[in-house]
Parts: sequence; C-alpha cells; structure tokens
Amino acid sequence: MSHLEDGHDHILPATTYYGIFAVLMVLTAATVAAAFVDLGPLNIIVALAIAVVKASLVVLIFMHVKYGDRLNWVVVGAGVFWLFILLSMLMLDYSSRGWMNVPPIQHVS
Amino acid sequence: MSDAALTQGLHAAHHPRQMHHFDSMAQQKETATFGMWVFLVTEIMFFGGMFAAYMLYRMWYFPGFAAASSELDITLGGTNTVVLIGSSLTVAMAVHAAQLGKRNQTVWLLIATGVLGVVFLVIKYFEYKVKFAGHHLPDGGMIWLFPGREFQLGPFIYGGFDVSQSPELAPIASQVRIFMVIYFALTGMHALHMIIGIGILAVILRMAIRGEFSKEWHIPVEIFGLYWHFVDIVWIFLFPLLYLVHRHG
Repeated sequence: MSHLEDGHDHILPATTYYGIFAVLMVLTAATVAAAFVDLGPLNIIVALAIAVVKASLVVLIFMHVKYGDRLNWVVVGAGVFWLFILLSMLMLDYSSRGWMNVPPIQHVS
Repeated sequence: MSDAALTQGLHAAHHPRQMHHFDSMAQQKETATFGMWVFLVTEIMFFGGMFAAYMLYRMWYFPGFAAASSELDITLGGTNTVVLIGSSLTVAMAVHAAQLGKRNQTVWLLIATGVLGVVFLVIKYFEYKVKFAGHHLPDGGMIWLFPGREFQLGPFIYGGFDVSQSPELAPIASQVRIFMVIYFALTGMHALHMIIGIGILAVILRMAIRGEFSKEWHIPVEIFGLYWHFVDIVWIFLFPLLYLVHRHG
C-alpha cells in the first residue's frame, strides 16, 4: 500500500523549492502585466489560467502531493471536482435563466 | 512485572513517537497527511461558496466590479502576494530542514514564516485603513459596529467617468458596494486564516525549540506546512480576482 520506506521521507533537494519559488514569482509578474493589456474576454481566462498553474505547483511540489500516497490524490481530486460542480452548476443555472421565457413569479403583498 | 517494565516492554519495539494503533511510522504519517487533506477539502468548500458569490456578481455587475477593483492598491496587493509566496517557500524549507533533522534551521525558518505572515497582516491593515477612512466599508445591517461610517462613494472611475458624480451611473454605484462586501468577506476570512495560522505556528515553533522533532518524527511541522500553503493558494486566486478585474483602458 505504501511506497514509502518505513520512517523515511521522500526528501526533495532544496534547489527544487527555490526553483518553484522563482517560477511562482515570474508567474505573479506575468499576471500583473497581462492585466494591463486589453485582451477582451480573454483577460479573466489568462488570469485564472496563471492562478491555476501557480496553485498546482504549490500543491504538487510544496505540499508534496506529487510524491505522496495515492489516497491523497483521490482526496485532492475530489476537492477540486466538487468545487468544479459548485461553480459550473451555478453558472449553468444563471446563464440559462432566460432561455425558457418563463415569466417571473408575481409576489402578492 | 512492574508497570514501568511493562510499559518499557511495549515501547521497546518501536519509535517512542509511534502511537500503538499504527503499524509503522510511515503509516502514522500517511494517516495524519490524509486527515489534514480531508480538512483542507472542507476549506475548499468554505472558500468555494464565497468564490461562487464573487463569480455570479462579477457576471451581473461587471462595470461596478471594474470601477471598485481599480481603486484597490495594486502595489500593496502585489507586495502581499510576494510576501505570502515567500512565506510558502520558508515553510517548505522548514519542513525540508525538519526532514533532515536540522533543529536550528527548522526554528529559524519557522520564525521567518511567522515574520512574513505578520508583514502580510500589517500591509492588509493599512489597506483596510484606507477603505475605512474613505467610508468604503459595507454598512448594511452591520452599521452598528461602525457608527457614523455609512457607505460613501469615493472617486470610483468607470469608462473615464467618476461614478459618484453622474446620476446616470447610479446603478454602477450600488454595484460598487456589492464588490466591497465581497472584497471584505473574502480578504477578511483569508486574514482570519492567517491569524489562526500564526497561532498554530507559535505552538509548532515552541515544540521545535524544545527539540521535540527529529528526522523520524516531525508530523506537526508537515501538517502546519499544508495549512499554510493552502492559505497561500487562496490568496493566489484572490489577488487576480480582486485586484486585477479591469486594469486596462
């Protein structure tokens, strides 16, 4: 079940952490720079894409998920998947409200 | 057999930090990591609800969001992003040092993490102070908390016009208030997580100073690291979503 040898961690070299930190800094600068360029509807896509890459680096390397137990992959995956359901179903609902042309409920005071 | 001898007999077979219901140190560590991740999933759901509110209102009230977002201080927000990612590096290095059994390095890296956490909160305090002075707090039903601080429209610019000066832009003005509510809810809950994190850090630091961690056992440092990284990830999303809505044009 466990691929870890008893009592021993999978120890990454310190340079890996410095490297990831440098990449995160570059991506932070990139997201600020991209915000000042008019990309139309792509602005939010670019901002979110950069944020997702940054978050993935933190989860996989800093939080050691990449080297961890498979059970952790399941937990992390489930968390992200449920968040996706929350956000996508909400958007589906609100963006399709007008399609059926149903008149709004009349409240009687 | 005396009690002491019995206890010694039970403990002799394994590391003193290994609890009896675990088969091995590795299993104990995996269990702790698994438990922390389950907690972090509940945290994803907690912040997810607020992000959902942000998403919906941004879709409905984009002009107000653009006007309000551009009033946030991008220099302070950007600095805080660097500070927080820096603290993620120091806490990752603290875990690294703990894995190698380097006590002093662990202690100093934990202290550095705490200092960076406090720097973040101090910068956040000055950002909030400006919003407070400008009457940009969401008042609503909470005004009794801040008497005399009813919401006032500052110079919120949208499309080259000051929203507070033109009556025809009044709908945008009320959208600005919605943005400020979401801004304070999200950054406030994030700051609360930072404060709790610094409290936990103090406990872990004390254990590190007392030399309780070793190459073989340093689970608290790792688990604290997971929490701290998670709070960093929340900010990684908050910064572009709150500060960079509409910076061009």
